Parts: sequence; structure tokens; C-alpha cells
Amino acid sequence: MTSLPSSTDRRLGLVVDLDICVGCHACVVNCKAWNSGGYGSALADSDPWGVDPSGAWLNRVHSYEAGEGADAAIVHFPKSCLHCDDAPCVTVCPTGASFKRSEDGIVLVDESKCMGCGLCAWACPYGAREMDPSAGVMKKCTLCVDRIYNENIPEEDREPACVRACPANARHFGDFDDPDSTVSRLTAERGGIDLMPEQATRPTNKYLLPGERSGASRLAGHTTRTADTELSEPQGLLAWVDRMLEKI
Amino acid sequence: MHPAISIILFSTLSGAGLGLAFWTGLLLHPPDFVEIILATLAAIILTGGGLCCSVFHLRRPLRAWRAFSQWRSSWLSREGILAPAALAALLAFAVASLTPMPGAPWWGLATALLSAAAVFATAMIYAQLRAVPSWNTTLTPLVYLSAAGASGAFLATALFGSPMATGLIDITLVAIGLNLVAWGLTFGWWTRLDLAGDGATSTATATGLGHLGQIRPFEPPHTGSNYLLDEMGYVVARRHARKLRMISLLLGCLLATAILAIDLLGPGSTTLAILACLAQLAGTGIARWLFFAEARHVVTTYYR
Repeated sequence: MTSLPSSTDRRLGLVVDLDICVGCHACVVNCKAWNSGGYGSALADSDPWGVDPSGAWLNRVHSYEAGEGADAAIVHFPKSCLHCDDAPCVTVCPTGASFKRSEDGIVLVDESKCMGCGLCAWACPYGAREMDPSAGVMKKCTLCVDRIYNENIPEEDREPACVRACPANARHFGDFDDPDSTVSRLTAERGGIDLMPEQATRPTNKYLLPGERSGASRLAGHTTRTADTELSEPQGLLAWVDRMLEKI
Repeated sequence: MHPAISIILFSTLSGAGLGLAFWTGLLLHPPDFVEIILATLAAIILTGGGLCCSVFHLRRPLRAWRAFSQWRSSWLSREGILAPAALAALLAFAVASLTPMPGAPWWGLATALLSAAAVFATAMIYAQLRAVPSWNTTLTPLVYLSAAGASGAFLATALFGSPMATGLIDITLVAIGLNLVAWGLTFGWWTRLDLAGDGATSTATATGLGHLGQIRPFEPPHTGSNYLLDEMGYVVARRHARKLRMISLLLGCLLATAILAIDLLGPGSTTLAILACLAQLAGTGIARWLFFAEARHVVTTYYR
């Protein structure tokens, strides 16, 4: 049934730290690699070596420029399924292929039931669902359900592929219902936010915003250096020359 | 949003077919033999044809039967159940009207109710989507219901003549009145679309970075296009949206209504009624195309 569970035993999800992400796309590539051989059919591409390559990806990194002039900042912005508590993608599904698990809150697609109508992708405000160009079924982040419970892989690998790949530790995985988990503590300490709160989807994943920029505060009150800017008052011999020249 | 031709055909044709079923079930008591056969056939061909069209936009059409299962949560599933149910009731109404089978008036009433419910469910598939602010309004089901009712009344006029052979009210007057209401509502829907934009959603709320100032896309996730942009960032029609709005209004509202009014006052010819019908359907079809093409999904806020 595509009705949502009234509550889930655990709420597994991700914390994405926008202050740390360097935009390397390692999470994107590892996600694609893992999901081309994991749960469901391979995550396919269309025309991958042609002039107009496209394909299904479950995680994409946008880069934005925010602010003006010297205060402008580049923010890298990874985006994948937020595993919402009120997931609109699940309830619209006419076939029963989309569901949210009551045990851990993961939103999944049963590919054997999906008829490829695409309505769930329309219902998701975040663009987290993409049609597989080859299999004709809807693809989405599984929170690497085939890794996190997988006893056939080393314990340190039992986290989502994107989290495992991140070289900057900008992604964290855990249970938001456990107040002592890393994700819960990070969210509480850093004021983790929901994306598009006005869409009332109650996303599980939280985003940590870039903090007070060290660069910005260092630059405050500082003259931007140009080729003609005198950096400081001259010292020593130069100071004597400077004084002498002033007197002439 | 991407206006798939199969979906435009589906919602326009099945809307007209269900509208015809509605008026047939409600007004055709007791029916003339030829009229009931014609009406039932036309409704089944239009609605059934529309449903078949809609199957073409599925990537795995052989699994379409599963869409009957999730009526508890999904408007698409409800629509998939209600439309065939309305046709089944219409068929029962036709059989009961022409044979000693009892309950014709009740089957007629069931046909009308199920047809209206099916059109409402179709509209709710779109109206429920908060992610598409221009669809997410009470006006959407009102536009769909009035358009289907008007198309159905135009078809009934063409099939039954005016006044409807044994009907309680003159269907031609209903067609003219309801058509004006439908286009009034469509005009209101367009006005709201122009004013509402993306609703409360912006790149600032989508990224949470509003506090940093104005946000500009610096690098897209991939150099090429993707499913999201192809499906939800459709822009081709918007360039001609104003012209298409005028064309659909001229065809579906002015021309169709004028032809039917002339027909009502003058000759009462079937040819004129059929012409009016075609103009009304063409106008409604164009408006339905714009319904998709002009609607903007909030995911596009990540891309601009």
C-alpha cells in the first residue's frame, strides 16, 4: 500500500554539511557506481559516449554563487532523496511500487511493480526521482539499503556509498530518532535545516549551512590589495628614506 | 511540465466522453433506441480511446493493471477505477433502457455520478501536487469538471439535436451556458498562474542559502540535460503561450458558442452542431496543452 506509515521505528537519513563540501562529486560517482550493480536494475545512461549523453543519477551536486562582490561565496550543494516523513511521491503511486518502510523510514521503489508513469517524480519537489532510461522504472536513492544492513561487506563499508566516498567528511549517516547519534547531535549543534519547508514534506535529511565565513570576517575593514596599495608603514632604512623624501 | 501528447489526448477525449455519459445518464429518460446506442458508443470510444492513449506514456504498459490497486491513497489509481466504472454503468443504463432489465433510472444516475467523480479524480492527480504551484488550486478541478461538462453537452447536442428529444431541459442551452462558465474558469486559472509563479518556493528556500544574499547557479550538476529538466523544465510552448491562449479562447469559447447559438436560433442542423463540437474540443485541447506546458515545477528553482 502506498499509504505512509503513521510512524517509523527509526528515522535513517543523512546530514549534509554545506560548510565542508568541496564539490568534488566523489559522492555522485560512488553513488552511480554502487547503484549500477546493487539494488534493482543497473542505474542506466542513454547515449553515454555520444554527442548528447544523459542518464539517471540519484545524487547530484549543484554549485551556487551567493552574495555580491567581495562577500560572494561559492557553495557546493549535494542533493539526493531526503526520505521525507510526509513523502508526496509515495502516496501518489497508483501501483503500490513506492513505499516508505515502517522499520527505518527509507523510501523505496519496488521495481517489479513500477509501470513508469512518472507521477512520483512530478510529486517530489526536490527532483530526487529519475526515470531509468533503459529499464523504464523509477529510480531513487535507497539510502544504500543493500550496504547498511549487508553483513557480507566489512563493517566500515556499511554506510551509504556517498557517505563512504566523501573525502571531506561533509556527509553523515545515522538515525535521527536516536538523540545521541552523530546526525542528531550535528543537527542540534549546527541548527540543521529542512529544504523547502513550505512544501510540508517533513524531510528526514538535514542540511548544515555555511557558518560565519572566516574569510568574510578577516576581510571586514580591510582594504582590498591592488598593485598600488601600500601594505604597511615602512620600517627601518625605508622609514628614514620615507621621512627624508617627505621633507623635500 | 512536459506536455505528453498522450496525456493531452487522454484528458481532453475522456473528459468529453465522460461528460457525454453524464448528460446521457442524467437526461435521456426514456431514451430513443438510436440515441442511446449512439451516445453509449461515442462515450465508450472517446473515454476508452483516451484511456488507451494514456497507457502510451507508460514506460512499462504491461503493468498498467496494477494501477487499480492503490485507490486508498492515489488519485491516479482512483481515476483508473472510476473511468471504466462509469462506462460500465453507462452500458448497464443502455441495456436496462432497451431491454426489460429493471433499474434504468438508477443506472442513469450512477452513470452521472461516476462520470463526474472520474473527471474530478483526473483533475486531482494534478491539483494535489504541491510541487507544481500553478496546478495546486481548487480552480483545477473546477476547470476540468466544467470543461468536461461543456464538451459532453456539445456532443449531446450534436447527437440528440435540440431540444434533446425527451430530455427535461434543453441541452443546447446547457452547452452554451456551461461552456461560458468553463472558459471563464480557464481564464481565471491563467490569471492565477501569471500571478502565483512558484508560490512560496524560491532558490532561497530550496537551498536554505537565502541569508547569503542573491543566489546564482555557478555550475550545473552535469553538462548535459537530464530527466528532471526534460520532464519538468519544459519551455518550448511558453514563448507562444499568449497566442495559444487567444487561439483556444477564440476556437473553444467564441466560435463554438456562436455556432451553437446560431444553430439554436436558426436551422437546428446537425452539421452546425458537429462543427461547434469540433471547435469546442479543439479549443479545450489547446487549453489542456497549455495547462501542462505553462506549469512550472519547483525543482526548476535549483536550476535558475
